[in-house]
Amino acid sequence: MSQAFWTWPSIIMIVLLFSGFLCLYRIGKGPTAPDRTVAIDILGTLMVGFCAILTWTTGKDFYMNIGITWALLSFIGTIALAKYLEGRDFDE
Amino acid sequence: MSETIGLILLIVGMLFDLFGCIGLVRLPDIYNRLQAATKCVTLGTCMILIGLFAMTGISSAGIKAVLCAVFVLLTSPVAAHALARAAYRAGIRLWDGSVVDRYAEITRKKETES
Repeated sequence: MSQAFWTWPSIIMIVLLFSGFLCLYRIGKGPTAPDRTVAIDILGTLMVGFCAILTWTTGKDFYMNIGITWALLSFIGTIALAKYLEGRDFDE
Repeated sequence: MSETIGLILLIVGMLFDLFGCIGLVRLPDIYNRLQAATKCVTLGTCMILIGLFAMTGISSAGIKAVLCAVFVLLTSPVAAHALARAAYRAGIRLWDGSVVDRYAEITRKKETES
């Protein structure tokens, strides 16, 4: 290993992946369905940041396209799941 | 100079993301988790994207990063609000230690008025 491993990009990536695993813990354990939906939404937002770090380290800008698409799909999915959860117990 | 500013923004955004996810695991209630995680992770991701813009400058990646930051900043509170209302209407109770429930008060007042 000639290159240094503990540089700032790898530290930021490791911390973001650790945060993602905390979200996965909440997705697996969460007692109710909205808990899991919140964790999925937060995981999508974290991965947008991860795509930004990948853009910085590799210098290729198409990772940012993946980030924009991920943010859009995460928003649409959260709104759809919220509507579904709201309609489950809809008495009016 | 702009490299240093960008690196500081990236590190602060990373810390906000980490604390938001710790709050997502540690807090007792869906509503507490929602407010901690949404605020912290939205600000952290926007800081990471603005830091990327400060590093790369006016380039293809920088413009896309600013666009993505504006999009995240606009849509994340909307999604959180819709999700909180859906959770309340689906009948999920507040935490036992909660002291105030304004939504129930407002709905009760509307019912008595009508």
